[in-house]
Amino acid sequence: MPSRRRPGPLSGLLTCLLLCLLPFLHPGAARAQSKELNVFNWTDYIDPKAIERFEKETGIKVRYDTFDSLETLEAKMLAGHSGYDIIVPTSQPTFSRLVRTGALATLDKSKLPNLKNLDPALMARVASADPGNAHGAIYLWGSTGMGMIADKIRKLAPDAPLDSWDVLFKPENAKRIASCGITMMDSATDVIPSVLHYLGHSPDSTKPEDLADVEKTLMRIRPYIRNFASGGALEQLASGQTCLVFDYSGDVIQAAARAREAKNGLAITYVAPKQGAQVAFDMLAIPADAPHPDAALAFINFVLQPDVMAGITNATRYPNAVPASNPMIAPEILHDPSIYPTEAQMASFFTTGPVPQSAERPRSRMWARFKAGR
Amino acid sequence: MRRTVLALGWLWLGLFLLAPLAIVVTIALSAAGEGMPPYVPPLQWSGGGLKIAVDPGPFQLVLTDPLYRHALAISLRIAFVATLGCLAIGYPMALAIARMPERRRNLLLLLVMLPFWTGFLMRINAWIGLLNDAGWIPRAIAALGLAAAPPRILYTDTAMYLGLVYAYLPFMVLPLYANLSRQDPVLREAASDLGAGPLRAFLTVTLPLSLPGVAAGCALVFIPSVGEYVIPELLGGPGAETIGRTLWSEFFDNRDWPTACALATVVLVLLLGVPALALRAARGRAA
Repeated sequence: MPSRRRPGPLSGLLTCLLLCLLPFLHPGAARAQSKELNVFNWTDYIDPKAIERFEKETGIKVRYDTFDSLETLEAKMLAGHSGYDIIVPTSQPTFSRLVRTGALATLDKSKLPNLKNLDPALMARVASADPGNAHGAIYLWGSTGMGMIADKIRKLAPDAPLDSWDVLFKPENAKRIASCGITMMDSATDVIPSVLHYLGHSPDSTKPEDLADVEKTLMRIRPYIRNFASGGALEQLASGQTCLVFDYSGDVIQAAARAREAKNGLAITYVAPKQGAQVAFDMLAIPADAPHPDAALAFINFVLQPDVMAGITNATRYPNAVPASNPMIAPEILHDPSIYPTEAQMASFFTTGPVPQSAERPRSRMWARFKAGR
Repeated sequence: MRRTVLALGWLWLGLFLLAPLAIVVTIALSAAGEGMPPYVPPLQWSGGGLKIAVDPGPFQLVLTDPLYRHALAISLRIAFVATLGCLAIGYPMALAIARMPERRRNLLLLLVMLPFWTGFLMRINAWIGLLNDAGWIPRAIAALGLAAAPPRILYTDTAMYLGLVYAYLPFMVLPLYANLSRQDPVLREAASDLGAGPLRAFLTVTLPLSLPGVAAGCALVFIPSVGEYVIPELLGGPGAETIGRTLWSEFFDNRDWPTACALATVVLVLLLGVPALALRAARGRAA
């Protein structure tokens, strides 16, 4: 019998390697049949009971994954084959850009009877990002403003107007508050439109002189900023490590709730500045290459039920776009104007449009200089 | 057998260095644009023919814009200080371990490597807990009377350097130990027989002989420190705009993959010089 050569270590390694690669060759083939759903959502942004109920009612297993910035979400989407079935991008700029690049599936509205529950006025506000609302349904929404520990700020700067951006963007105020801590959200996308609007420019302006204006304003308060927080400053605010933050409304409201639970005596409030705050809608959307599009449609339809939506708002303290859920929302949330803004506030809120890529480099350049303080 | 081992080395190099590098350089030569992925590849099949459209823009931008030079200078400075810090702490540690009795050495080496048993991110996050305003270290400094109030350490250069030295110290200690423990104790005995005191024996015998180990340790600390993203991001202040953070910003904030890749290529080429220098230092001494 001829002696067969034993396979060397190299061929063993190669076999292992090939076996490891195998699942990547046909991502959809093996998984498409199984009943599961991969959700990619913001951190602290759902009612855990909603997922349990969805799994129980449909028998679909949910794999839940979180991101903390739009940049992270978008990089994963643009690389393709993210493997997610549900993503929650913000209307501007990420959702609208994903719509334009064809990264999102068109929603099959015949499978989404609960779309009728959505407030048409709010959906109309998103139509500029997604013509005909073809690719997304509003999940939750909120504004971008300031979180503050007002009594500490009042001690340091008694005359600073707490309802205005001036408390943050006027150097004489920021200087006095600095010792208690000022935290800036680390996102050019979120901060620059608000500063443009504060200075009286269009939030979508791409004019170099307007951007220079923003840079001047930010640079003047730069020495008083303690740190830049990516993904919000919830923890730092809730533990009193900082007194004034530029952040999403919901982050601040969650920080306030955490401080109450911890009974650390910190009264945290959210302020939508009187000059008008940027309002943003987080959209339920399905990637074009989602492995389980049917389960994704079932999930969206499930979430848009008034009682589910009320549970999510009660857990996250973000407003939703399903008016029929209001009777089931805790009154202290429904009647809190920092969560559900008044008509007058709503009228002062602004949305942003798409920013051309050529204008983004100067923006992020300016942001890098601002962060470095040069 | 020898051939198989060599082939494995080449396979490793090809799969995990050359192939990714080829992909990175290809993207660096593309034009950025909206799409999935967000660039236009330089080589495309269109209508049966191969269309070549190389965009030199990203490389031009990276090589001419002072922002990148500045980020690189910051990164090199940070890596240099971190390497010095590791050397200052790691050399005495390695020397002490190498001169311990054999059976205690293994325990001490194990202790040097022990932190690796926990995730890197976990350990860096633990430093956030130690260094924040209400953390143990600032409070201890205030309690000992070294400062009137707990000093602000987190989000400063101090915190970043602490993290870097902490994270990379084992990479300095291990090659130094390997070198120092191999030195023949007879050489030192000969030095003292010839009248050299302990300091002189160290300076004229032990230290020169250990230089290859110093070079290896420094290269192992310096190279990853230059590209370090996590530690400056989590512990450092906003002023530490390192090359790692600049790369992140090109990739995520600008979604400009070509510029990010061009930057990565330039840094890689620059850093290839460091092991070459270290190798040369090691060879020069060994010969």
